[in-house]
Amino acid sequence: MSAENMNLTLKVWRQKNKKTEGKIETYQVAGISPDMSFLEMFDVLNEQLIGEGKEPIAFDHDCREGICGMCSMYINGRPHGPKGGITTCQLHMRSFNDGDTIVVEPWRAQAFPVIKDLVVDRTAFDRIQAAGGFISVNTGNAQDANSIPISKEDADEAFAAAACIGCGACVAACKNASAMLFVSAKVSQFALLPQGQPERKMRVERMVAQMDEEGFGSCTNTGACSAECPKEISLEHIARLNREYLGAKLTSQGV
Amino acid sequence: MATSPKLNAKIPDGSLEDKWTKYRSTVALVNPANKRKLEIIVVGTGLAGASAAATLAELGYSVKAFCFQDSARRAHSIAAQGGINAAKNYQNDGDSTYRLFYDTIKGGDYRAREGNVYRLAQVSASIIDQCVAQGVPFAREYGGLLSNRSFGGTQVQRTFYAAGQTGQQLLLGAYSGLQRQVGLGTVKMYSRHEMLDVVVIDGKCRGIIARNLVTGEVERHFGHAVLLCTGGYGNVFYLSTNAMGSNVTAAWKAHKKGAFFGNPCFTQIHPTCIPVSGDHQSKLTLMSESLRNDGRIWVPKKKDDNRPANQISEDERDYYLERRYPAFGNLVPRDIASRAAKERCDAGYGVGTSKMAVYLDYSAAIQRYGKGEVNKLNIHDASAEKITELGKAVVKEKYGNLFDMYKQITGEDPYEVPMRIYPAVHYTMGGLWVDYNLMTTVPGLYALGEANFSDHGANRLGASALMQGLADGYFVIPYTIGAYLANEIRTNSIPTDHPAFVEAEKQVKDRISKLVSIKGKTSPEAFHKRLGKIMWDKCGMARNEAGLKEAISEIQALKKEFWSDVRVMGDIDEFNPELDKAGRVADFIELGELMCRDALNRNESCGGHFREEYQTEEGEALRDDENYMYVAAWEHQGESQWELHKEDLVYENIKIAQRSYK
Repeated sequence: MSAENMNLTLKVWRQKNKKTEGKIETYQVAGISPDMSFLEMFDVLNEQLIGEGKEPIAFDHDCREGICGMCSMYINGRPHGPKGGITTCQLHMRSFNDGDTIVVEPWRAQAFPVIKDLVVDRTAFDRIQAAGGFISVNTGNAQDANSIPISKEDADEAFAAAACIGCGACVAACKNASAMLFVSAKVSQFALLPQGQPERKMRVERMVAQMDEEGFGSCTNTGACSAECPKEISLEHIARLNREYLGAKLTSQGV
Repeated sequence: MATSPKLNAKIPDGSLEDKWTKYRSTVALVNPANKRKLEIIVVGTGLAGASAAATLAELGYSVKAFCFQDSARRAHSIAAQGGINAAKNYQNDGDSTYRLFYDTIKGGDYRAREGNVYRLAQVSASIIDQCVAQGVPFAREYGGLLSNRSFGGTQVQRTFYAAGQTGQQLLLGAYSGLQRQVGLGTVKMYSRHEMLDVVVIDGKCRGIIARNLVTGEVERHFGHAVLLCTGGYGNVFYLSTNAMGSNVTAAWKAHKKGAFFGNPCFTQIHPTCIPVSGDHQSKLTLMSESLRNDGRIWVPKKKDDNRPANQISEDERDYYLERRYPAFGNLVPRDIASRAAKERCDAGYGVGTSKMAVYLDYSAAIQRYGKGEVNKLNIHDASAEKITELGKAVVKEKYGNLFDMYKQITGEDPYEVPMRIYPAVHYTMGGLWVDYNLMTTVPGLYALGEANFSDHGANRLGASALMQGLADGYFVIPYTIGAYLANEIRTNSIPTDHPAFVEAEKQVKDRISKLVSIKGKTSPEAFHKRLGKIMWDKCGMARNEAGLKEAISEIQALKKEFWSDVRVMGDIDEFNPELDKAGRVADFIELGELMCRDALNRNESCGGHFREEYQTEEGEALRDDENYMYVAAWEHQGESQWELHKEDLVYENIKIAQRSYK
């Protein structure tokens, strides 16, 4: 463990609500332990602001163990900060140095309007999921779980796609604010499983249509999404999504 | 003893095996045309809430679902790691419905209802079928069939899993079902909404008051029935493995409107969590119980041994769980493993800088798996390095995300050095008292999943929370709610300008105004920390009469101070997490007092409730079945006033014994 406590300068986006213009404010924090998480450092700053009679910084967070997908800070120009494969809540202050200046902004995308400070509205993802991100099986219809064997490779690959936490870092990382990695992860998961076959074509068409309607940008295969994804969702899934989409469109029933 | 006349558990007659089957076939039904006219409110969208909301909508009911997070998919079920139990007996190792039932009752230290638990075991197999059909990618063997592992308190392999992210995969399955209904328009979803009161009209629950957390607007919502699927209250301890937002508010409001609270003191302290590293800590992180399948827990045999773990030789190590409990070894139930760790640390054998930790060691498992791989790959004369490398790869596949998480948090590599772990608050077995139909003592108000008290007695077995949440939502409530709603088909929607809605909304608004008008000096966070310390020190892993009495008066004083000195920044009519937090902390303070009262009332030790005055010579929990074989259901009667009602627990199928895992 690194030893010394740190003093830091923070430049943080403050915005009262989605109708008001925002700006960067500068704050100093002292005595930050390297064992703190980045969000715990924000807790310290917020307690300090409350002590000074100032309004604390609003930010989204919940599980603080990297799985709920709620935390969403754009730190020094990168979603979830400088380290790969982790969420903001898993970033620890030992990744920074005494005297550092850290810039913190919200996810920036037209489809993710700012609610307040660092908090954005990601309900567009829910609507994409509602458009087709499911297998239509009512409770009680299922057959025995072992009746359809699934090769371990397919199950593992489906799991790797299903590991997406829906945080939106892919959109924030993308210069076009495209949601292709998010959508591809769900399409891929179901395309790989036998249970996903009956609705395979309809699913991809509907999810892509909803994605476009929400105002996400187009994919230009830059790969920043995958590079910044805290769950390291692979670009392979975007390739699969493109194949799925093309195949569906060629035989489209016009859904 | 006799059960209080206010508590009717409504357990169906008949043999244990037939109760649910028969009940299911005879419970009143609501025809499809009437279902469309009946509105159901579901609060919380974790495993219980999402599965209930989706299933009820599939059946044709009109559903409104609420969650405080920005999306239903973020409910804290998402963080469950290790797995979900089901009596499938796919491993042919002697599992059965009865054995899952028996293990659960015994694991709960004989403080759960036979009828409920048997039903849980019966429906467990269908849950796995349902999840696979939804596309949940469970772990599989090379033959393409589902893989299983073991959890604590069992001697069979009945736990299904998806790496260390089982909760995530199950919740995303339930969430996809929920979103499908949202898309179809049968569920209306209210995210970033917090329930702040239930509305009771003529003795029946008829809706809720909720606050839109983005705009601050307070809203009225009518429902023929309300389902609270709002999780547990472990955050009363401040530090726990719960998410930061997990809270008791919905359950507590219901309690104050007449729902009895069952066994509030039954808290689960999970043995394998990453130890506290400093005062800044905001939450604790669990290391899944599945790690006890392969990891071995030990401390040095010598007191205050400061050598690094790898310099302590095999014969200088005390594998204390294997020593004390040879039959179950590292897989004893959680309450027992936690107390054993505390005992070693208190006695001076702890490790790490704080000395409040024990080792969870994977070196033996890495070697064992490595040798297995060498055989599988037909490598002769494999070097020690090769065996270690292959062994690490197997461990990575099984537990990789957990090892990564440990490394992120501690900065240490668990593939190289043993993990340091210590018990932490994880789950609450207590919750709103419910009958067999999952209805609380307020007609029309239900509680599902961790929010109710019903299935785990005084200690929950690992991988059973996911099972119960999904059982309640997918397979129990869709049937049992019919018993109530069949009599409500003539009830038209009640307009929300009804005086009961107006009054409830006024109380909610008054309280919010009061919170922001105090303008004191102390943040809600600071009060929460102080409450947590009282609870952990005096109502935590070990409790005693003197400590609990002190805690009660300290909490009462804290409550007074809170309502005169809390500082809530920001405004009412905007996005304001500080205001949300202040309301939740105020409710935790009141709950804390009730937990201490319940712990003080229960003059015995059982499961996670360990009263120091009541233990065997070997330091095991000493139950008092003659006087305490009951559910303690508390009725709120006013500030700091409760009346205790008792529901006798009757065991017709299981022979009561002292729990033994030796």
